Amino acid sequence: MISRRNFCKKAMLFIGGVAVPVAGLEIFNPQRLLAEKQDPAKVRWVFLVDTRKCVGCGFCVRACKLENEIPYDANVSRTWVERYVVTRDGKVHTDSPKAARDGFTTKAIDQAGKGMLEIRDEDITKAFFVPKLCNQCENPPCVQVCPVGATYQTPDGVVLVDRTWCIGCGYCVMGCPYGVRFFHPVYKAAEKCNFCYHRISKGMKSACVEACPFGARTIGNIKDPEDPVTRIIMTERVAVLKEEYGTKPQVFYLGMSKEVK
Amino acid sequence: MVHGEVWTAKELFVYPNEYIYWTIQIVMYPFMTGLVAGAFVLSSLYHVFGVKQLKEIARFSLVFSFALLPVAMMPLLLHLQFPFRGIEVMMTPHFTSAIAAFGIVFTTYGMIVAAELWFVYRKYFVETALELRQLTGRSVTQQFRYVLYSVLTLGAWDISEQALEKDERAVKLLAGTGIPVACFLHGYAGFIFGSVKANALWMTPLMPVIFICSAVVSGIALCIVTYIATMEIRKALHAWKQKSSPALPLLDEMKSAELQVVTMTARYLVMFLILAITLELLDLIFRGYTAVKSWDILRSVIYGKDFVNIFVIQYGMGNLIPFFLLLLPRLTIRRAVAGTLLVLLGVFMMRWNVVIGGQAFSSSFSGFMHYHLPIWPDNLETFKEGLFGALLVAITPFVLFWGLNKVIPVFPVKDTH
Ligand code: SF4
Ligand code: SF4
Repeated sequence: MISRRNFCKKAMLFIGGVAVPVAGLEIFNPQRLLAEKQDPAKVRWVFLVDTRKCVGCGFCVRACKLENEIPYDANVSRTWVERYVVTRDGKVHTDSPKAARDGFTTKAIDQAGKGMLEIRDEDITKAFFVPKLCNQCENPPCVQVCPVGATYQTPDGVVLVDRTWCIGCGYCVMGCPYGVRFFHPVYKAAEKCNFCYHRISKGMKSACVEACPFGARTIGNIKDPEDPVTRIIMTERVAVLKEEYGTKPQVFYLGMSKEVK
Repeated sequence: MVHGEVWTAKELFVYPNEYIYWTIQIVMYPFMTGLVAGAFVLSSLYHVFGVKQLKEIARFSLVFSFALLPVAMMPLLLHLQFPFRGIEVMMTPHFTSAIAAFGIVFTTYGMIVAAELWFVYRKYFVETALELRQLTGRSVTQQFRYVLYSVLTLGAWDISEQALEKDERAVKLLAGTGIPVACFLHGYAGFIFGSVKANALWMTPLMPVIFICSAVVSGIALCIVTYIATMEIRKALHAWKQKSSPALPLLDEMKSAELQVVTMTARYLVMFLILAITLELLDLIFRGYTAVKSWDILRSVIYGKDFVNIFVIQYGMGNLIPFFLLLLPRLTIRRAVAGTLLVLLGVFMMRWNVVIGGQAFSSSFSGFMHYHLPIWPDNLETFKEGLFGALLVAITPFVLFWGLNKVIPVFPVKDTH
């Protein structure tokens, strides 16, 4: 027969023995250690586009192509500028010839297969330019659908593509509602704007922001209340594109018009 | 040239990076997967539900579904920019992606079909191996066949009554579990499209169900045509052999069995066809009735640009005509062939209209894109994503089936000895 004293002793020993490794699990949780060391939530990159300032010169598109080695003459681009012309009859005409790499050199609207459309000045009620780029969505469908995890999101909110891992299925291209993705003509892997991650992570501005002579493009950290970009987003009336898809885009627009798609 | 630029024609405003990225291979992919699933469901009708009349075509469609299996992966591999990295889907699956989950379901399903086939043919393997063992002084081919069949038995040489009964129970069980997996497999193919919220045409929870129904339709249709074709070829071959050696028996029983099997199978085909059409029309009507933001551009694609493809070829030629061809009384072999071929065309066009039609309009909702199928390939890309790449995919299962038939005879071999 086991004595009560003996039982208590053994039970305490057993509990103590179990408690030590369990406590170990708690103490050495690597994720928490990492979280305490470098708070990933300190930076969240966002972009602010002031469409009222954009003149459609295309400097940003050119700078981006050179910076990110997208073949200059290839008909794809990480960023582009759209021109909207609204006429008196309520029609909206849009184009972006060669992604506006050379700016808009003619008044005629490029309708691709349908040719060029001349619009008389007196028929125009309003016209403006809208730069587009990857929205680095908070809830990115492109990351969700990638079958091998080649598209992923960094803790500071930028969505990146691993060229050495992408199998080139095109699922992410289909999944992005903004049409920003394409296949790199040289590397063949999925490609898109990454806010010039190699620059911003070193404290520089992205190439397009640097190149814009009118300050229509700015990049900032929404987690920093002192950031001028954050201050505008927090205090002024900004809009995002295609909110209905639930992607939570992080490129904000000032002076957006309802015609923009 | 950028990927996609060769075969895409743009009209009005399309985002600069938009091209038709999913081309004919992605049309072939759900089409071939559908055939696999459909053929398997047909074979299970006999094994699980004991539809006796389907006995002969059941065995046939099981082997055929196995021959189709590797081909379901082929279009995907041909489509990838990095085909050699394709295996990474299995190595580093990313579980929020429908394509990654598909790989897992696909493998499970493949193993089920392989196991079922083994149980069905185990007796044959053992008998053949024993027969060959008795031969003294085997030739090289005979020795090869002996080794092959011995290996195929996997060491299970017992063909007593009880053992065979156990086999049969295993087949039934596998066929039973196979049905949901086959449906799941194809439901997943549908899910790959249905879950793309960026695409107004694909985005519907009905997509997986529609895909399953039309998969069963196409699988049954293909089995019927191939069944008839192989029977005819065998008859022709037999008649030809008979000419040289008149001692061979006549093939009367072969002929009568055929029509009965075809009529019976065609009835199941029509049943699933009705289900498929109902769902597709429901989807169409629902979209028109609710008319959300995207309906404007969808309507212009469905009733304008793709009218011929959708209403004339898919619904008219692919559904309505075969419906009557197969349902009118006194079905003949010739009418059955015509009907099932049209059904196959209809299902193919449905896949085409989903995949290509879904990319026919830009995400900007104000422009259109057209796909010009590359016919003559002038480089690897136009081969892979063009007519010849698709033909390669379409022919492969028949070659595999022919090869498989050498090892596991689909038809009773008594009369050819
Ligand atoms: S905009 Fe498109 S590519 Fe960029 S994060 Fe969002 S879904 Fe992905
Ligand atoms: S194309 Fe590449 S990045 Fe895009 S989903 Fe496929 S594997 Fe992922």
